[in-house]
Amino acid sequence: MTLNGWIQIALYCAVVLALVKPLGSYMTRVFAGERTLLSPVLGPVERGLYRVSGIDARQEQHWLAYTGAVILFHVLGFAVLYAMLRLQAVLPLNPADQAAVAPDLAFNTSTSFITNTNWQSYGGETTLSYLSQMLGLTHQNFLSAATGMAVAVALIRGFARASTGTIGSFWVDVTRATLYVLLPICIPYTLFLVWQGIPQTLSPSIDAMTLEGAKQTIALGPVASQVAIKMLGTNGGGFFNVNAAHPFENPTALSNFVQMVSIFVIGAALTNVFGRMVGDERQGWAILGAMGLLFVAGVAVTYWAEANGGSVLNGFGLTGGNMEGKETRFGIAASALFAVITTAASCGAVNAMHDSFTALGGLVPLLNMQLGEIIIGGVGAGLYGILIFVIVAIFVAGLMVGRTPEYLGKKIEAKEVKMAMLGILCLPLMMLGFTALATVLPAGLAGPANAGPHGFTEILYAYTSAAANNGSAFGGLTANTLFYNSTLAIGMLVGRFFVKIPVLAIAGSLAAKKRVPASAGTLPTHGGLFVGLLVGVILIIGGLTFFPSLALGPVVEHLAGSAGQTFAAGG
Amino acid sequence: MLRQLRAALVLLTALTVITGLAYPLAMTGLAGAIFPAKAAGSLIERGGTTVGSGLIGQNFTGAGYFHGRPSATTATDPANASKTVPAPYNAANSSGSNLGPTSAALAERVKGDLETLKSENAAAPVPIDLVTTSGSGLDPDISPEAAYFQVPRVAKSRRIAEDKLRDLVASHVEGRSLGLLGEPRVNVLALNLALEGLARPSGAL
Repeated sequence: MTLNGWIQIALYCAVVLALVKPLGSYMTRVFAGERTLLSPVLGPVERGLYRVSGIDARQEQHWLAYTGAVILFHVLGFAVLYAMLRLQAVLPLNPADQAAVAPDLAFNTSTSFITNTNWQSYGGETTLSYLSQMLGLTHQNFLSAATGMAVAVALIRGFARASTGTIGSFWVDVTRATLYVLLPICIPYTLFLVWQGIPQTLSPSIDAMTLEGAKQTIALGPVASQVAIKMLGTNGGGFFNVNAAHPFENPTALSNFVQMVSIFVIGAALTNVFGRMVGDERQGWAILGAMGLLFVAGVAVTYWAEANGGSVLNGFGLTGGNMEGKETRFGIAASALFAVITTAASCGAVNAMHDSFTALGGLVPLLNMQLGEIIIGGVGAGLYGILIFVIVAIFVAGLMVGRTPEYLGKKIEAKEVKMAMLGILCLPLMMLGFTALATVLPAGLAGPANAGPHGFTEILYAYTSAAANNGSAFGGLTANTLFYNSTLAIGMLVGRFFVKIPVLAIAGSLAAKKRVPASAGTLPTHGGLFVGLLVGVILIIGGLTFFPSLALGPVVEHLAGSAGQTFAAGG
Repeated sequence: MLRQLRAALVLLTALTVITGLAYPLAMTGLAGAIFPAKAAGSLIERGGTTVGSGLIGQNFTGAGYFHGRPSATTATDPANASKTVPAPYNAANSSGSNLGPTSAALAERVKGDLETLKSENAAAPVPIDLVTTSGSGLDPDISPEAAYFQVPRVAKSRRIAEDKLRDLVASHVEGRSLGLLGEPRVNVLALNLALEGLARPSGAL
């Protein structure tokens, strides 16, 4: 570890923190339907959209209608994307003559993008046409992110309102999230990325003649516009196979830094939106504080592990940290930081190959996802994810003092706790259940490229990443098979909807409740005590659920590697 | 319900056109107008032919060139379409090695590379980036140490004084972005282009 590395990490945290308040203030206005700086330009577009689609912007929805709209929007989005992937061979903008995507891969990819997972069973440059990348994937990057924000805002309204039957209009929330938040940031962001060197062209790939006289085919495309939204919307699906490690997706250390900031910025600012909407910004800062503690701890472990180097490399007396699978321009610190950010948020873009991380360096990204990506998290998904844990933490505190738990003036009762537990339990069911299945079935065992405990970690990582809607991978796993494509897609769907629907049920139930005035017995939820309680609950639930699986994978591998053991594939 | 369906259908279509077509196409036009060279892939031309992209690494193997890092990219086997063969720096199919920290295959590969490198320059410690594959397989850069490490081999092959080559490397070291971010590095293609400009190689490469 170097001083410069820690300065890069500290600077990153400072920049994200500085953006929380201004963006939080702006987004609060957007979701409250107030006038913003951009209203003169976007107002007419927004009103036009409502007119053609027959939406009354003032008409709010009951939580059931809101949920219905969310599901309908996803189903239609899935149908459009699936059709486009299957038909790409006959559609325009296909200069590389890519063939139609196979049915199981198209199913997996469509599910992956509508659930904001962006798991890549495909290699972008070898599988998809430019039209599929733009019209198919880029637009789902926007819409799945906008949907995540909408659900988070609906839940916040549940806390902020009292004695009402409605939690907002999904159509309005999703439109405003897209038009006022995502698009206006993406436009200058794309131009910045092109300035840094990311291509943005419809020309086909180029054949270069290298200095030594060999032919090198260089894949190109409209990359920058997709990279901007895949980071900002915490989607993470790369234009190219290796994602943000590719020099065309992430050409400089500066583009890398800005991409890391853009992964966290909306999720972090949503905690401020939460604070503002419930009328006490300190509530938002407390949640951000809990997230921050977990984040910094994760970065410290990963950076330490990667800087110390891998056991094989150290065995040869090589120093300088574990550079296998990392790019020279980023180095150890920026690669370790990126790995923790992308899995803390539900981004899943990678700028280094997680599969080649050291055992303990790879453990942190895995654990981040297993906790449900609540450390900042996906846009919207992170906030509603951690609010589920807040409900459980409040419940636990209530049990300790024998008092009906309250949060922000709302009584937390059986229904909320049950829904919260449903949201928490569906993730380990998918992650651990499918991992267990894959480790006994021949179709599952055919996947891992590495032998020994690392092979087990590859499988565990895949299902964890899918159910948590992250999308990053231990890339050695051969996942483009019928077995993996379908089981991973199921994991993604359950991980998305069996969290979202309970969250919306909680929102509806809370919005209908009366507000109880705070009394001397109310637990303050804006101070250090509550932050500690929340972090404790998260670690206890996460630890109890996932420690055995981590012990079988990364922990065993670390101990074996320290003893100098290696594992040969096929042996 | 019907109203919801209409709202969903029309809104989805309209937002798809805005974010999936209007946005990327407008960006393509704008980027091409403001940063034409970069939007087209930072291609480098020499004497009318494209020799590569300044951002994409190439597979240099001759002793008279500076080499990039090992690359794990592959290509379809021409003899059997269901198999792949190693094809370093294949810029149409980016890929890392995905070998884990306890992989025997990784240990074997590193061992082989170390022996080769030590035979070229026994005086200096082998820099870690010369025996590890990059994440993309297309890393255009090596560390300054890795460039200096190769000076004796290139100097011998091209019959150029080592001092002169060290100066050339030094002039191609790019510092951290803003003096702070990332790591110092040397772009291998740019260095090799400058090398060719330095003197015509005499003798075999």
